[in-house]
Amino acid sequence: MEFFSDDFTDGNALAGPLREIFAVDMTEATGRCVSCGDEGPVAGMKVYAHAPGLVARCPSCQQVLMRLVRGPGSAWLDLRGTMSLRIPMPAE
Amino acid sequence: MLTAGPTLRVPTDTWEFVIVTEAGQRHRWDWKQLMALPSERPTVDLHCVTKWSKLQTRWQGVSLDVLFEGVDTAADYAMVHSYGGYTTNLPYEDLLNGQAWIVHQFDGEDLTPEHGGPARLLVPHLYLWKSAKWVRGITLMDEDEPGFWESAGYHDYGDPWREQRYQGD
Repeated sequence: MEFFSDDFTDGNALAGPLREIFAVDMTEATGRCVSCGDEGPVAGMKVYAHAPGLVARCPSCQQVLMRLVRGPGSAWLDLRGTMSLRIPMPAE
Repeated sequence: MLTAGPTLRVPTDTWEFVIVTEAGQRHRWDWKQLMALPSERPTVDLHCVTKWSKLQTRWQGVSLDVLFEGVDTAADYAMVHSYGGYTTNLPYEDLLNGQAWIVHQFDGEDLTPEHGGPARLLVPHLYLWKSAKWVRGITLMDEDEPGFWESAGYHDYGDPWREQRYQGD
């Protein structure tokens, strides 16, 4: 049996690092979790920042949705825990 | 104190440590069995990838040499698994010859959950993300595979003396 504590911030911590990669504010995007299928805004993810990179987890099932590592000349974005991201765009 | 997720609280009465060889052979220890093994008290320097070091830290635990004593393997690589799903990879030989321990005490006290207790891996000659907290097992592999951070930009080996932080360093 494992018990979880609550030492995390919300997905707004991803706003700056993601704005470096994407031109829009990605915290307004809606992600779907590969593990449980729950859908919610990036801003609602649980973000663990006390790590070598940022780790965003599903607020429902704790699955890792996103890993973001910022090196000196590159950023790595791992989205394998996210089935899809619906990103609000201006109407065409 | 670096953690890729929530602090896990793993009770020792359900804790287990399992080594799985490349042939699928399983070697399992529960907490009582781990405590009954001969332990060592390494004093080591730690190097974190976020550029801090902590010198002369005092630990107590079981050398991986003891745990691998009866394990029949010709594997070159190991994947370390933690409760909570964290993984990290390293060459098998980096776990042997007095270089790695499953530690359960820090500074004379039981290892707290925040520091990876009840037991964590300690491989002090590599960056600290390799010293997996809340360790639950090791899978031996013929081929190298990236772990949790190694698949997201961090260096496959992580030698602090060569500052191997990111892929390509």
